[in-house]
Amino acid sequence: MTARLPSVLGALAIVLLLAMIAGVAFGNVHVALPVTWRALRGEGDPLVVAVVRDLRLPRVMLAALVGGGLAVSGVSLQSTLRNGLAEPYLLGVSGGAAVGAVLAVAAGAGWLAVPVAAFAGAVAAVLVTLGVAHAAGGRADGRMLLMAGVVVGAFANAAIMVVLANAPPDTIRDATWWMMGSVSGAEWRTVRALALYLAIGAVTLWLVARDVDALALGEEAAAALGVRVARATRLVYLVAALVAAATVSAAGLVGFVGLVVPHLARATGLRSQRALLAAGMLIGAALVVAADLVARVARPPAELPLGAVTALVGVPFFLARLRALR
Amino acid sequence: MIKLTEVVARYPRAAAPAVNGVSIVAPRGRVTAVVGPNGSGKSTLVRALLGLIPLERGAIAVDGEEIARLDPRERARRVAVVPQRESPAFPLPVRELIALGRRPHLGALSTWSAADTRAVDDAIMAAGVGELVERSSDELSGGEWQRVRIARGLAQRASSLVLDEPTTFLDVAHEMSVFELLAGLARDGMAVLLVSHQLNLVARFADEIVLLHHGRVAAAGSPSTVMRGDVLERVYEWPVVVVRDPAVGAPALVPLRGRRD
Repeated sequence: MTARLPSVLGALAIVLLLAMIAGVAFGNVHVALPVTWRALRGEGDPLVVAVVRDLRLPRVMLAALVGGGLAVSGVSLQSTLRNGLAEPYLLGVSGGAAVGAVLAVAAGAGWLAVPVAAFAGAVAAVLVTLGVAHAAGGRADGRMLLMAGVVVGAFANAAIMVVLANAPPDTIRDATWWMMGSVSGAEWRTVRALALYLAIGAVTLWLVARDVDALALGEEAAAALGVRVARATRLVYLVAALVAAATVSAAGLVGFVGLVVPHLARATGLRSQRALLAAGMLIGAALVVAADLVARVARPPAELPLGAVTALVGVPFFLARLRALR
Repeated sequence: MIKLTEVVARYPRAAAPAVNGVSIVAPRGRVTAVVGPNGSGKSTLVRALLGLIPLERGAIAVDGEEIARLDPRERARRVAVVPQRESPAFPLPVRELIALGRRPHLGALSTWSAADTRAVDDAIMAAGVGELVERSSDELSGGEWQRVRIARGLAQRASSLVLDEPTTFLDVAHEMSVFELLAGLARDGMAVLLVSHQLNLVARFADEIVLLHHGRVAAAGSPSTVMRGDVLERVYEWPVVVVRDPAVGAPALVPLRGRRD
């Protein structure tokens, strides 16, 4: 199993690299590969250089970061909560972020304020979920967290409906587009900030991964192996949720990645949490980069919503995997 | 050595303590068994040992050190616990499952060492699960699963081993093999503390039996002092006789049909 890790990760890294090359090379403006390569280095037609370096490259990077972030979040949550259906969006993150974003849109705030509001909404929902689970269960019980998250999410959805029910059409359209997810507005500033934020989250999840391996066995077995069960569960939940919240504030709701990628990662045969984190990050990044490419080129010049494309790719896979898991 | 002194433990919001003033000593080199009816507090002792329920009074010490004062990781280096309920959320190769026993010895930043590999190999050998290591945890029978979990406990390299009903759901051969394994581990110097419903096997393999009833010690001592018809009949509230097993000479419990009036 350990001998297998480098080859699996190597193969996945190649897949991601190919997806990223395709993401930079293809788009509505046709640019030949050698020209793309020169443009990346800043040579050739300034317009092409601008398209490749300031539009496509940050967009591909943002897609990769969003996918990788959602994947490590999902990988950590599924093992810690011992549930193959656990994913960041199920746990209040998306609902809270959507409430924040929709309120910002409805209040007529500028597009700069929407990510901030989304992040604030997600953090608020996560804290409420933790508080509810703690009050109801007395300790950080995985089932309590799941239930609290689902309930908080349902409440958020209701709040969105109330806000949008009497909103002007422009607000509804903007809010809906935000909820469908997109990396089209990618800027290097966003990419850099998200990269730093996700790096901190991913390293934290990697550090606590040995505890997560034990938590996946159940409460008593984890305690028997010296894990502070309640504390470790809360920490993983909080960090995984914050990582997902950051991706949501940068790209809106990109569905299904957090749910499906952990299953894809386990399908490689890897089992230890650290290996799954690494594999999941590569798979998630490649999946969202590829989905964004499909979203851009499927029906030019219009773009399909990214969150819809990832789900369109994700659902058939997940159904197939469900049969395999039976 | 595991030493419980006057332990009182209560579940949150419970009216009465589940364990009320229980003292047990499980020394090295011996098998100590805790028996008693359902709900008598056996598993509560294990949960208290794991720090999953706080002690209201009393103390639990491992090798002379109170566990309340130990870091959980340090506790897990001293005492390995094989809990009653456990199922991996996702199937795991047996070798990786056993390797999790090294977790108490590995910090977040430390790397897997040759000593860790050796501990895992030794544990696999001692528990006799060598032919299972390539299998997946969801392909194991009940008996194999228990032996694999005991191997994980041995990989912890602790001086004490605690097991919560290790032979539930096992057939005769697997029951016997688990008990023989535990007796062998005690002979090799471990302190083995075992919670069990298998009175007759316990009577054959344990050096000392502690009988719990409603959270208190109803009887304690050698198998012949605890395995008495009047004692067991009162605690289990069922008519029984205790005979001497003709084959091995150990006291054996025979439950009778229905209530004697």
